[in-house]
Amino acid sequence: MSLLDRVRALLGDEAVEVAATADGVPRVAPASPDAVALLLGTAREEGWRVRIEGAGTWLPADAPADLALTTRRLDKIPAIEPQDLSATAEAGIGCDLLRQQLADRGTWLALDPPGLAGRTLGSIVATATAGPLRQGFGPVRDHLLGVTFVTGDGRLVHSGGRVVKNVAGYDLTRLEAGAFGAFGVIVLVHLRLRALPRADQTLVLEGSREDLTQVAEDIAVAGIQPAAHELMSPALARRERWLLAVRFAGSAALVAAEEAGLRTATGGRFAPLRADEGHSLWMRAAESFATRPVAFRVGGLPDSSDELLDLLQHQIGDEWISASPAIGTIRWGGEATIDRLKRLRRTLAGLEVPLTLERAPWPVRSAVGHFGAYREGVGPLVAGLRRTFDPGEAFVVAAEGAE
Amino acid sequence: MRLAFAFSVYYYLMPRDVASLVDTLAEIVGPRHVRTALPERVTYAKDGLPTHRRVPGVVVLPGSRDEVIAVVRLLGALGMPFVPRGAGTGLSGGALADGDAVLIVLTRLNRILKIDARNRLAVVEPGVVNVRLSVAAAPHGLQYTPDPSSQTACTIGGNVAENAGGPHCLKYGVTATHVLALEVALADGRVVELGSPGGEPWGPDLVGLFVGSEGNFGVATRIAVRLLPVARAVRTLLADFTSLRTAGEAVSAVIASGIVPAALEMMDQSCIQAVEDSVYAAGYPRDAAAVLLAELDGAHEAAVAADAETIEAVLRAHGARSVLVAADAQQREKLWLGRKKAFGAMGRLSRDLVVQDAVVPRSTLPDVLETIARIAAEYGLTVSNVFHAGDGNLHPNISFDGRTPGLRERVEAASAEIMATCIAAGGTITGEHGIGLDKLRYMPLLFDGDSLAAMRAVRHVWDPEERVNPGKVVPVHACREWAGTRNAERGTRNESPDVRSDFRVPTSALET
Ligand SMILES: Cc1cc2nc3c(=O)[nH]c(=O)nc-3n(C[C@H](O)[C@H](O)[C@H](O)COP(=O)(O)OP(=O)(O)OC[C@H]3O[C@@H](n4cnc5c(N)ncnc54)[C@H](O)[C@@H]3O)c2cc1C
Ligand SMILES: Cc1cc2nc3c(=O)[nH]c(=O)nc-3n(C[C@H](O)[C@H](O)[C@H](O)COP(=O)(O)OP(=O)(O)OC[C@H]3O[C@@H](n4cnc5c(N)ncnc54)[C@H](O)[C@@H]3O)c2cc1C
Repeated sequence: MSLLDRVRALLGDEAVEVAATADGVPRVAPASPDAVALLLGTAREEGWRVRIEGAGTWLPADAPADLALTTRRLDKIPAIEPQDLSATAEAGIGCDLLRQQLADRGTWLALDPPGLAGRTLGSIVATATAGPLRQGFGPVRDHLLGVTFVTGDGRLVHSGGRVVKNVAGYDLTRLEAGAFGAFGVIVLVHLRLRALPRADQTLVLEGSREDLTQVAEDIAVAGIQPAAHELMSPALARRERWLLAVRFAGSAALVAAEEAGLRTATGGRFAPLRADEGHSLWMRAAESFATRPVAFRVGGLPDSSDELLDLLQHQIGDEWISASPAIGTIRWGGEATIDRLKRLRRTLAGLEVPLTLERAPWPVRSAVGHFGAYREGVGPLVAGLRRTFDPGEAFVVAAEGAE
Repeated sequence: MRLAFAFSVYYYLMPRDVASLVDTLAEIVGPRHVRTALPERVTYAKDGLPTHRRVPGVVVLPGSRDEVIAVVRLLGALGMPFVPRGAGTGLSGGALADGDAVLIVLTRLNRILKIDARNRLAVVEPGVVNVRLSVAAAPHGLQYTPDPSSQTACTIGGNVAENAGGPHCLKYGVTATHVLALEVALADGRVVELGSPGGEPWGPDLVGLFVGSEGNFGVATRIAVRLLPVARAVRTLLADFTSLRTAGEAVSAVIASGIVPAALEMMDQSCIQAVEDSVYAAGYPRDAAAVLLAELDGAHEAAVAADAETIEAVLRAHGARSVLVAADAQQREKLWLGRKKAFGAMGRLSRDLVVQDAVVPRSTLPDVLETIARIAAEYGLTVSNVFHAGDGNLHPNISFDGRTPGLRERVEAASAEIMATCIAAGGTITGEHGIGLDKLRYMPLLFDGDSLAAMRAVRHVWDPEERVNPGKVVPVHACREWAGTRNAERGTRNESPDVRSDFRVPTSALET
């Protein structure tokens, strides 16, 4: 029996997409967590290599594999609980759809990841890509209450739950967040929500990078706590010069007080944006990263943020940059060779700064790896975890690069 | 003297080797810091929970990171189990060691190694007492936010191992949110560094995995944590209610209001009485069925004041009989002291106190609290509630005298019924105290065999021989077989009820 016949026999005709992917890899769309488990159990027995796909809103899939498993039919939202500020959603739901439904119930997922609005929830969890709101609301893992995932040999594993505090068992949820699918296909996610902010105000200031870096420092020293506090390169902000964008979100009283604080701390230099202007500034910046072939994030310290920007500018260019100077993280987009990326990772590792490759064409990410430059002893732990969750090496994931 | 104690380290070693183990430990840490006499070991036989007791084979108190590593290496070479221990305030029996294991007490590793005010982070040794870090950070206008009620005694290492919470974790997050990086001595003495100073992982989030692993993955020897600015503006409100149900409903209303209080704590009547009868009397109304202690904080006086007014209105609209706003810092501290010392106050009610821990969705609080009261009545027990209401994190505490025949069994049975109630409500069996020994039996109610086996397999990646804190967290008998090929015909779901404990495990990553 051909691979597709096997899959049809297992999951039924409708699970197999007739139009194959651009590179001819057959695409299978299981409609339930159990179907994902069944498929991967069989993949393990047959030795199939599987790549995991979300909604297909990014670049066309290109990892070499025997079949592509897309989560696009895992698109249900079993629960939204405004009273508990929690929700449960399947991993293939597009974030735009989820956002809409949450807003209808007065709730909000305080994440603004790079990429298109239709990105799947599963891909955001798997890649742990947070956006500028990380400043005020934390990285992706802080928004997760639990996940259900399927291992490379077809086991359904539950971790966490739907309550906001939980220490029953090891925290496998945090392990799944940011593993790029190496430890399993995430099928279901329990989310921590916030109430939709009553007020949401963005203010911007244009200037030289040096000037804005100083302003950013003044804001931090003044004890102002924005929801987002982002330094954007001119190309990203679509401005003549660099842009410092500050976003406040919360109760009307809080936003008014923060705005007043910002005026005092910076001499009233910031210009408020209308709601639609603010919205499109953040949206466009997020989407711009999906138009560049390569994107990575680095995580340093607040006081080294400027130095890191210099280093990036020098080694790899600084055309597409989004930096959160108050927490020390920087996202970079653009074109880069394997050698440059590897060299940059080595240099950064010397400064105790990890570089996570978020996006790149397969030849680049298989050579560079999403991760690298592990501290001593960490590599064997990661390898052990991969063997645990994917004993047959079914998942095609470039977790680490080739040496 | 050395051989005068009878302990089952003999199970692993010949008597001659026991003597040499004690000698070698003494060479590493100094003879004063190896405890072998029974009366000394007995002082480590319990943690904060009165229902479990284990006497460790040997107790060793290293004084530095290097000594910890040397001790762990030695035990690794001998293949001996060991248990890390902080202050022993844990409430799930997590820091107890059997006679065949060595207890490594970390309280002498109590130095704050660095406070970096500019980057708002600190590096500490594991034995640093929680509150000491906030005291040390205060001159910089910073604090270490996770504030377990035991914070004057418990250690940061214990907090990391348990993923401890505290009243102010409602707004600022539990321990896991604040840990940036860790240095860990693995079971065999190898040392790994996890995480980076900025908190970004070097790959999969191993810091996140380690936090809350209850000492099963190794000994944390250095811990980098995030510090946060001390709030400039604070408002503390005390609302009282004439029924527990109304108080529970008010909690949901506050959460849904969109304002996140820094803390939202509840105490029921029995707890109020205990506090008011103690030296920590805080002025809680004695006739109230429950009080809610709510705190708002932030950087701006005007904003916090406005939010406090909103919350006050929400509380009144949802049945609060009265709402008191603390007039000054002194009154605020008094209100808080009553809450923080509530466990101690309840300890005076009876000889023994079991502090329970479970979490339910916040909207189910009114029903669950009523069910717990019914269970208490059925078993004829005194159950008092003092808990992190804003998180739905319950602490139904059972006061009893363990000497009364049959009472312990009743306490156990009532605890089990309370756990089942919380699970049925969509909740979990522990929000901050951990599984340890005490909650092992409830794990299969929460997780299926595959999920438990996954946890055990993950443990084996860190500690293939299960030598670090053996017998905790994962009930081995309930794990399904992990390695091996799956039967696709049978489907991937495990319909067959048989449960096996003799499963093979993947080769450890550490055997390189
Ligand atoms: C030149 C080129 C380079 C590319 N580089 C990358 C890259 O570096 N990283 C990348 O992610 N994609 C990359 N892609 C896109 C990717 O191969 C698929 O096209 C994509 O996963 C399809 O869905 P999506 O765009 O919605 O992706 P997303 O849904 O955004 O998926 C992104 C990542 O998350 C993982 N993922 C998604 N859902 C889950 C889940 N439920 N459980 C576990 N893991 C999950 C996927 O394996 C993938 O690694 C690239 C494509 C091209 C042509
Ligand atoms: C009155 C009272 C109030 C409490 N209130 C709270 C509360 O509000 N919130 C809360 O979360 N908890 C609370 N607790 C529980 C307890 O204080 C916490 O669990 C605390 O984190 C335990 O710290 P410890 O130093 O006492 O650890 P221990 O009890 O000594 O150990 C706990 C666990 O941590 C492991 N461990 C300790 N140090 C290390 C290390 N360096 N590396 C690896 N593993 C280690 C041990 O093996 C054990 O499994 C309370 C306890 C009491 C008695």
